[in-house]
Amino acid sequence: MSAVIDTHGHGEHEHHPSGLMRWVTTTNHKDIGTMYLWFSFTMLLVGGVLALTIRSELFEPGLQVVNPEFFNQLTTMHGLIMVFGAIMPAFVGFANWQIPMMIGAPDMAFARMNNWSFWLLPAAATLLVISFFVPGGAPAAGWTLYAPLSTQMGPGMDFGIFALHIMGASSIMGSINIITTILNMRAPGMTLMRMPMFVWTWLITAYLLIAVMPVLAGAITMVLADRHFGTSFFDAAGGGDPVMFQHIFWFFGHPEVYIMILPAFGIISQVIPAFARKPLFGYASMVYATSSIAILSFIVWAHHMFTVGLPTAGLLFFMYATMLIAVPTGVKVFNWLATMWKGSMTFETPMLFAVGFIFVFTMGGFTGLMLAIMPVDVQLQDTYYVVAHFHYVLVAGSLFAIFAGTYFWIPKWVGRMYDETLGKWHFWLSMVFFNITFFPMHFLGLAGMPRRIPDYASQFTEFNMIASIGAFGFGLSQLLFLYIVLKVSVFGKGDKAPARPWEGADTLEWTHLPSPAPYHSFHEQPEVK
Amino acid sequence: MRLKPGRLIAGLLQMLCAGSAYAAYGVNFQPPVTRIASEIYDLHMLMMYVILAIFCVVFGVMFYSIYAHRRSMGHEAAQFHENTTVEIIWTAIPLVILIGMAWPATKTLVAFKDTSNPDITIKATGYQWKWGYDYLKGEGEGIAFQSKLATPPEQIHNQAPKGENYLLEVDNPLVVPVGKKVRILTTANDVIHSFWVPAFGIKQDAIPGFVRDTWFRADKEGTYRGQCAELCGKDHGFMPVVIVVVSQEKYAQWVSAQKAKAAAAAEDPNKQWSADELKARGEKVYAANCVACHQANGKGLPPAFPALDGSKIAVGDKKAHIDIVLNGKTGTTMAAFGKQLSDTDIAAVVTYERNSWGNKTGDAAQPAEVKAARK
Repeated sequence: MSAVIDTHGHGEHEHHPSGLMRWVTTTNHKDIGTMYLWFSFTMLLVGGVLALTIRSELFEPGLQVVNPEFFNQLTTMHGLIMVFGAIMPAFVGFANWQIPMMIGAPDMAFARMNNWSFWLLPAAATLLVISFFVPGGAPAAGWTLYAPLSTQMGPGMDFGIFALHIMGASSIMGSINIITTILNMRAPGMTLMRMPMFVWTWLITAYLLIAVMPVLAGAITMVLADRHFGTSFFDAAGGGDPVMFQHIFWFFGHPEVYIMILPAFGIISQVIPAFARKPLFGYASMVYATSSIAILSFIVWAHHMFTVGLPTAGLLFFMYATMLIAVPTGVKVFNWLATMWKGSMTFETPMLFAVGFIFVFTMGGFTGLMLAIMPVDVQLQDTYYVVAHFHYVLVAGSLFAIFAGTYFWIPKWVGRMYDETLGKWHFWLSMVFFNITFFPMHFLGLAGMPRRIPDYASQFTEFNMIASIGAFGFGLSQLLFLYIVLKVSVFGKGDKAPARPWEGADTLEWTHLPSPAPYHSFHEQPEVK
Repeated sequence: MRLKPGRLIAGLLQMLCAGSAYAAYGVNFQPPVTRIASEIYDLHMLMMYVILAIFCVVFGVMFYSIYAHRRSMGHEAAQFHENTTVEIIWTAIPLVILIGMAWPATKTLVAFKDTSNPDITIKATGYQWKWGYDYLKGEGEGIAFQSKLATPPEQIHNQAPKGENYLLEVDNPLVVPVGKKVRILTTANDVIHSFWVPAFGIKQDAIPGFVRDTWFRADKEGTYRGQCAELCGKDHGFMPVVIVVVSQEKYAQWVSAQKAKAAAAAEDPNKQWSADELKARGEKVYAANCVACHQANGKGLPPAFPALDGSKIAVGDKKAHIDIVLNGKTGTTMAAFGKQLSDTDIAAVVTYERNSWGNKTGDAAQPAEVKAARK
């Protein structure tokens, strides 16, 4: 286990190339983490521009800004870019930066494969975005790519399929790396049940990724085959079944949404104890709850298919199993509250985002429970209620957790404190505009507005206008975040950060490493007592 | 038309004086007119009350804690960090609440799925981008027609003010009698669509090559509007479902009128039409079926929707032209219109296309030729 550790132990030799080649050839988990994070931020802004174009069109009834074909490309690409380009790589960036430091390891287990996992992503993203410019435009079947609509599309769909394959390969390699690192390279004394929760959530997420990314690959390959190789997996005329695509896709798709939230739970589980100055309540329960959520996530996929025409017994099973996930999720929320309870809290920006997360993510959880009730879902499936639900859990959930983690750990990464006043502004603007954008969408869905439409009936006008205004506010607020991050990292402004700026934080990166963390940390393994 | 800043102000002002058939700022389901829709409405309200209660308790605790347990209030941190009893309690109580919710949900689910013993059975076929209705069994058997969006394009493109039922109106609505159990079979011609009528509490995906079903019994006369609820291509937002529920007497009258219309429209397949008659009729057929993709000026929206003006097919071999209209083109969105249009309509539209815009073949296609071309 010590073969890869540099045990010279004297001073810092920063042997790495400079300039562009440093980034192209790096095998350092900190460099790779940085690249993942900047990549995901860029994709967030690209996906955001697509969203603002969508909301411009939906400001009023009538077609004003784009035509319906292009609108469908916008909604599809917004989804694909945000899921695969923004949220997932951001969490992998956190995994890369934090996991080795938090377990006392010098780097990831497979440092070169780590480099390859990252560099596949800009290539995949380029392929995906280029699809806008091929004949027929970008994929326009929704991010869910249902057949047979996806088998009908132009070459842009093939670009999208290949991009997804590449991103899937990147995720699988990253997950192998994460699991191997966590299971083999923990410092002596750090048993599994003494790991930080962030590490636990990533261990579980990595297993989910390995299990389901190949399933997505299978589904989209079948679409590719139906498109070009004369097969009829999803064509009834040839003996196939369009619904089979949905089963296969959602067998991936449901664990995928947990892949996008479990690392968020991990970040929150680090931030809340630090700012409450109190240990995480119920560590063992949190581990069991997270594991239960992961296991349950495999048996609920057909709740995305409640209106397809499944038999009654199937509908009942999936309804009950889906409702069950509320239990471990609730346990986690209660444990965070119990961590806050009788703590000694301060509310710097990371804590604001963490508490904001609990509030807004729980609301998303409530609407998820509502959608789990199949008869109610009959009215809500494919409406704006679903759009509201998943934006609450993905934006106010995953993205807010990413913000919380960035503010929390950036002092360790760059060695300077971010601007606290600006950070608080970013929080409040995001919180207010997020809710202005997405809360009215619940009403739109209840009132009967379908999703993925460029134009709508007159009675939906008012809430759509409100949502569009909120969207622009939310989008512009993220430019403030860009400025905050650039200011503290690239422009180098801000107070010098001590090794442990957050007095309640007690994991290894805070207690054993200076700020900024050295290029190679843990030349010698720390002892965890 | 581009979005201008002045429109932003105008739009905001418009919010204050919204006028439409439905309430603006609608915050709940539409008023239910079937028992299932009522049960769904009540289930939703029950869930909302439970959720509201949990919300108040959980966030009451959280905001109290944020206030009372903060450093600036001088509160010192306790150090407790586990309690098995409490974990068991807050696992068990939610479980019990969920069971309480599952019970009425199960009852409604089972009732929703029971399509047995209908009075009338109607097949709804999803097309890109309209619905086709076939009355299969029960009073009205044999009636068949298509139902397309009736909102004029000028309203959609902001050249005319929007009507009261903007995007929710069709040329031929589905008509059913009040109080009778209607079973709807759904299928599709091309991609997956979904048949959704919120006031009835029904939504059923329409899947090509498969037949699914759902049912409703409307308790009140009236006109009820829904939309396609599964992304199906560019005009997914433009294929509404409109169902008119009438009294038993009115329904019987409607059925006779439909049957009379169908008899009158049935044509002698061997009739020879003049080129002008065909072109005039073909222009109407084109406007109703082809304009969405190939455009009124015949220039299409290449590459997805090719131009017909000057196209090799429209000025080339007439048989090939008839064939592609009849049978569609696999791998594209060009549907097989042979399933949707009569021989005369196809002959008419082919004649129109071959003699319009810059195309001057001088050809005419007769219904008999189309009939012969059908395999």
